[in-house]
Amino acid sequence: MSETINRDARDDAPMTTSKRSDADSEVAQTLVDPKGSSAIGRTVTINRPRSELFAYWRDFANLPTFMDNVVSVEILDASRSHWVVKAPAGRTVEWDAVITEEKEGETIAWASTEGADVPNSGRIDFRDAQGGRGTIVTATILYDPPAGVVGKVIAKLFQREPAIQARRDLRRFKQLMETGEIATNARTRAQREDEKE
Amino acid sequence: MRALTWHGKHDVRVDTVDDPEILNPRDAIIKITSTAICGSDLHLYDGYIPTMQAGDILGHEFMGEVVETGPRSSLKKGQRVVVPFTIACGSCYHCGKHQYSACDNGNPADNQDIGQELYGQPMSGLFGYSHLTGGYAGGQAEYVRVPFSDVGPIVIPDGIEDDKVLFLSDILPTGWQAAENADIEPGDTVAVWGCGPVGLFAVQSAFLMGAERVIAIDHFPHRLELARKFGAETINFEESATYEALMEMTGGIGPDAVIDAVGLEAHGFFVDNVIDQIKKSTFLGTDRIHSIRQAIVACRKGGRVSMPAVYGGIVDKFPLGAFMEKGLTLKTGQTSVQHYMPALLNAIIEEKIDTTFLISHRMALEDAPKGYQMFHDNQNEVTKVVLKPDFAAGMVA
Repeated sequence: MSETINRDARDDAPMTTSKRSDADSEVAQTLVDPKGSSAIGRTVTINRPRSELFAYWRDFANLPTFMDNVVSVEILDASRSHWVVKAPAGRTVEWDAVITEEKEGETIAWASTEGADVPNSGRIDFRDAQGGRGTIVTATILYDPPAGVVGKVIAKLFQREPAIQARRDLRRFKQLMETGEIATNARTRAQREDEKE
Repeated sequence: MRALTWHGKHDVRVDTVDDPEILNPRDAIIKITSTAICGSDLHLYDGYIPTMQAGDILGHEFMGEVVETGPRSSLKKGQRVVVPFTIACGSCYHCGKHQYSACDNGNPADNQDIGQELYGQPMSGLFGYSHLTGGYAGGQAEYVRVPFSDVGPIVIPDGIEDDKVLFLSDILPTGWQAAENADIEPGDTVAVWGCGPVGLFAVQSAFLMGAERVIAIDHFPHRLELARKFGAETINFEESATYEALMEMTGGIGPDAVIDAVGLEAHGFFVDNVIDQIKKSTFLGTDRIHSIRQAIVACRKGGRVSMPAVYGGIVDKFPLGAFMEKGLTLKTGQTSVQHYMPALLNAIIEEKIDTTFLISHRMALEDAPKGYQMFHDNQNEVTKVVLKPDFAAGMVA
């Protein structure tokens, strides 16, 4: 695992699992250009080669295929992209993101630019799993939670809460990469469209 | 199409709903020819399983004819197939180890949240069995959409009627896995709690795996009679004291392996539900896991405990001391149906295993609500109800 994800001498657990009150700011220090105040981390193991997963993710236009909340990602230039993302109550939020760090086959880090509706930053790390089990993908995301208790409740209610979304998005990425499709319990095309709303 | 839908406790109806469509490349649409009511469907019928939604289509034991295929399905139109109740992708780590019921990808991403919270990791998808296990429409219907159809369904050769192979979908592999999990050695005595379909198939499987004696335990005389036909000795727990009888029948040793196939009576599926049940009534609470407790206490030192029975929550008064001090081994889990299907189909074709004895009633899909009620009310005589979508209402066989 990248040394930037580990905390210092205390133990070997990822700092996104820390019980300490200053954990979020420690996570922020691992990012080149931290934006946002709350940190979450989610990891999934995917039974596919690291290079293949990295390449799919790096083409940001692919991301809406498994990120249900992302309406679109428009590629502006080699490092900049424009994001349109669903928000509670049928609204959308938008921002420009810039790549702040990139290591081929290993890491993609980003940060939103000035004027973002929801300031955010983070990194996706890809590393080989032990025992030939494929690739371990870790998403570390820093964001500003929706304002106040009401905002949080509304986000949860509409399942737009970033921690829930990150977990589900990583599962869908795994499904798509391992099986070539994303599992749905819908019976008809109309039902599947409804579920995505 | 017509389909059996759940609306609440003891309220199932045959409704007209939209036909299923191919949604993913590996899908197939199956036109159902036979579909059974499982004992575990009675949990849904009794309203004990949470995360059900009004209108959910039930049924996880079914077979039929392929009528439509996605571009990556390996099936062909016109083929007859039996479909496993577990929905497995065939390409994740667990499927690679043939642990199909632990598949990472068969359960839709959103539905995995509940299992993750409850059990630490989410379980695979199942047909027609609540939204905890995927919220998939089941097979008590005219048609069903089958995901990962290149991995799950097994093609049935012409000339073998539905009744002989339908139970490859769940209860036959479940009974077989139960016996396999008992690690039977030649000369063993195996005790089986519960003579429902899984228990009866476990009895047959245990003999095929080399058990010298099988002792079957139940209180329904008709079901004990079926077990006896397969060569089992029986204990009717309303007539005899089970532990004492087992000890005497095994020369004071205890059975070498014990199989709990009773769990169909387990009521709660949620942690708090189970705790509530126990708190509500100590008598009921302890009774809920009575069979597994009794099995552990009766099992000989160093013996094996196999638990095909379904449990969902946290239990009270589990005899952990007896389990540890006697050095027992426990194996359990939902069935990896896909792993067992090919060999069991061969065993059926070679007439080493018969499953047709189980079917007590064949009736129209239109009459499914009546089938549920009969099964629920009379478990002695109603051993298995098979629904036929092509029967006219009122027709029985």
